[in-house]
Amino acid sequence: MTTAPAERFALRLHKVSKAFGGVQALNEVDFEVRAGEVHCLAGENGCGKSTLIKTVTGVHQPESAELIELFGEKIERINPVQAREKGVSVIWQDLALFPHMSVAENIAFDDLVGLRPRSVRYREMITRAGEVLDRLGVRIALSAPLNDLPIAQRQVVAIARALMNDAKLIFMDEPTASLTQSETDRLLDIVRKLSADGVAIVFVSHRLAEVLEIAERVTVVRDGNLVGVYPTDGMTQARLGELMTGHHIENDVAARDLPDAPVVFETRGLSRHGEFEDVSLTIKAGEVLGLTGLIGAGRTELAHVMMGMRKADAGTMLLNGADYHPGSIRHAIRKGLAYVSEDRLALGLLQKQSIEDNTVISVLGKLTAATGLISDTRKAELVRHWIRELGVKIGQPSDAISTLSGGNQQKVVLAKWLATKPRLLILDSPTVGVDVGARAGIFRIVRELAEEGLAILLISDEVTEVMHNSDRILHMADGRIVQNYDPRTISVPQLEERIYA
Amino acid sequence: MMSETKRQPAFKGLKATGPMGENLSLLAMLALLVVVFSIASPRFLTGANLGSMGFQMPLLGLLTLAMLAPIVSGGLNLAIVYTANISGLALAWTIMQFGGAEAGIGAFVLGCVLALFVGAIAGAAMGAVVAYVGAHPILVSLAMMIFLRGLGEFLTRGGDISGFPDYMRVLGHGSLWSVPVPLILFAVIAFGWHVLLRRTPHGFSVYMTGSNLKAAEYAGLNAKRTLVLIYTLSGVLCAIAGILMAARFNSVRVGHGEAMLLITVLACFLGGIDPFGGHGRVMPVIIALVILQVLSSGLNLVGANQHLATAVWGLFLIGVMVLRSGQIQRYIGLISGKDK
Repeated sequence: MTTAPAERFALRLHKVSKAFGGVQALNEVDFEVRAGEVHCLAGENGCGKSTLIKTVTGVHQPESAELIELFGEKIERINPVQAREKGVSVIWQDLALFPHMSVAENIAFDDLVGLRPRSVRYREMITRAGEVLDRLGVRIALSAPLNDLPIAQRQVVAIARALMNDAKLIFMDEPTASLTQSETDRLLDIVRKLSADGVAIVFVSHRLAEVLEIAERVTVVRDGNLVGVYPTDGMTQARLGELMTGHHIENDVAARDLPDAPVVFETRGLSRHGEFEDVSLTIKAGEVLGLTGLIGAGRTELAHVMMGMRKADAGTMLLNGADYHPGSIRHAIRKGLAYVSEDRLALGLLQKQSIEDNTVISVLGKLTAATGLISDTRKAELVRHWIRELGVKIGQPSDAISTLSGGNQQKVVLAKWLATKPRLLILDSPTVGVDVGARAGIFRIVRELAEEGLAILLISDEVTEVMHNSDRILHMADGRIVQNYDPRTISVPQLEERIYA
Repeated sequence: MMSETKRQPAFKGLKATGPMGENLSLLAMLALLVVVFSIASPRFLTGANLGSMGFQMPLLGLLTLAMLAPIVSGGLNLAIVYTANISGLALAWTIMQFGGAEAGIGAFVLGCVLALFVGAIAGAAMGAVVAYVGAHPILVSLAMMIFLRGLGEFLTRGGDISGFPDYMRVLGHGSLWSVPVPLILFAVIAFGWHVLLRRTPHGFSVYMTGSNLKAAEYAGLNAKRTLVLIYTLSGVLCAIAGILMAARFNSVRVGHGEAMLLITVLACFLGGIDPFGGHGRVMPVIIALVILQVLSSGLNLVGANQHLATAVWGLFLIGVMVLRSGQIQRYIGLISGKDK
């Protein structure tokens, strides 16, 4: 890591350490960002990324630091307001915008209050907000309430707000977590434009493909220690994943042929007006069927019809060869279907409730004794069994589910459904907000379940995920199944091209 | 494997500390109040005073339990007092049909059945609107409260119905082995309510529905039926309170016990119920009720004005919330200290 002395840095940290209680969150970490560079900060949840960002922006004060330098100026001590005045902005995943205020007010917010309060001049505010959006090359109605915007545009508003403060170093925390592929591409274009303008961007993302696409260099942190700084040229996703987790992650196509397996589920000409049309598919016992396509292609809607949450207008469904007309989710569950929702936070789990209650919620009938009352012993046994079976890392079963990481939460969702002994498991974007190591863990479980004969429908818009974990892939576009692929005869870039073309 | 099976008992012991902790801090408060009042008034720890507390508390207690379950389900039942009144009216009407003070025990039983039925209907109607229309429980139960009050005042012309048979006094004023009958009734119902909420699949559904209705449905629970059922049961509990009220006051009047409505909410929150649903237990709420009763009786004994007691209740609740928020802040401090 020798750097020419003439090179300009937006940020230099040398040997920064920070501990919380007994936990060493950062251990003598070095971190350097060049001016105008797109730099990726990579690491699993809890590795120290957020602590690092918070230390730079003055939210936390480091225990010890050899050097903290912002834009060539040595810093002894900094608070968040000073950091922002110097041109450091952080866009957290939740964006911290004001949903009921207009786009212009959100962009100009720090002009209105906060750093430089003065009387509100609406015309000037709107002009300046408009200028910033022009600089980003996007068109968003300035008077629209933020509430009305899709999440991708809110992201742009948050960037605009940072630029309004003359940010020269922007940290972006998981900016693409809830964006579709095309929205992500547009966001990455904006990031490139900013970089060309001389704004340094530090990009934090779980999606390794886009990390490699956008960043020039990547700094990997693991358990509070610096693993290294690497150029993205010549770096592969697999290698980066290994650096982040410290484990070798298998990422190979593992498709199998199942000529003798019986068909578990079948749809024939299934349609629902405005959502999907003429969908015919079969899933065999032990098969992982990948279903990919852009968001809005009708994938989730199809899953909802399979689960009895909505009714199909036309077509039939067959379960183990018999007619299947689910009247409700409960009916579908009784018939042996299970659905891991794409929205784990709001729909997949009850965030306020405990790990144990979330595990047993779908199998209350199995917990009752002859008296009709829930047996604590049976409940504890069931919870213990599934926690062990899926390797969920927990403190106490009575802890709130929200204390778990995304990956462990998703394992609890799987446990909940596996306890119902399903015959068909529908996984709808199962790795949203789950980090690399935990993803591998989840797909290892999925593989094992398939080996045991469970039929699995894997819905995802992450092409690599579908490629590496499916036996067959269906491509859905505009509500129709347009193509059937064998993962062994197509490559990830080829499939991506067909989907995003 | 072995170590895990061995750790199991320790697991269970620790698990109990959560709710037990809540109970313990409330019990400590209660003990403190009892000590203070025993010193302040020699009459506080006498059988007569304890007995009178035992007669006064059950009515408020029943209504509080009727309030508790809808709050846990993520709602509220503002119609509890008027549901009790209307149910009491059904009982009074039946007894009057069979000769008032001369009515036989059969008439009383029939009247109770009718009262329970009326309470159930009122609750079920609210539950159905909350569950299937999706209207806010505050609005729905407020509308029901106003409807029942209007209906009751129209039927009674604003007056009261009195002159019940003597045996009803046993229910309101009798004692069994020197324990007040209303207290026995309350204890039995509170235990049943606890079992219903904590041990039955239906009770489990109430907690889950209360914390996130949509997610509960995604998990396969029948959240809507759960809501209808819990409001119905709340209505039934109101009806029992209505019957007890008739027995205690020897009369039924629409508006009786109106002041208890907000006190029930107070008792629920004092007992640690989550105002947004999903969490709350019967036991701490009962301790909270006892605390309120001790405060009121104690202040009465030391010669304070009854209205002052109400004011002290309010202050007390604010104090409890301040204490709890201090705890919450410490937790927040601990959590934000970690890099997660």
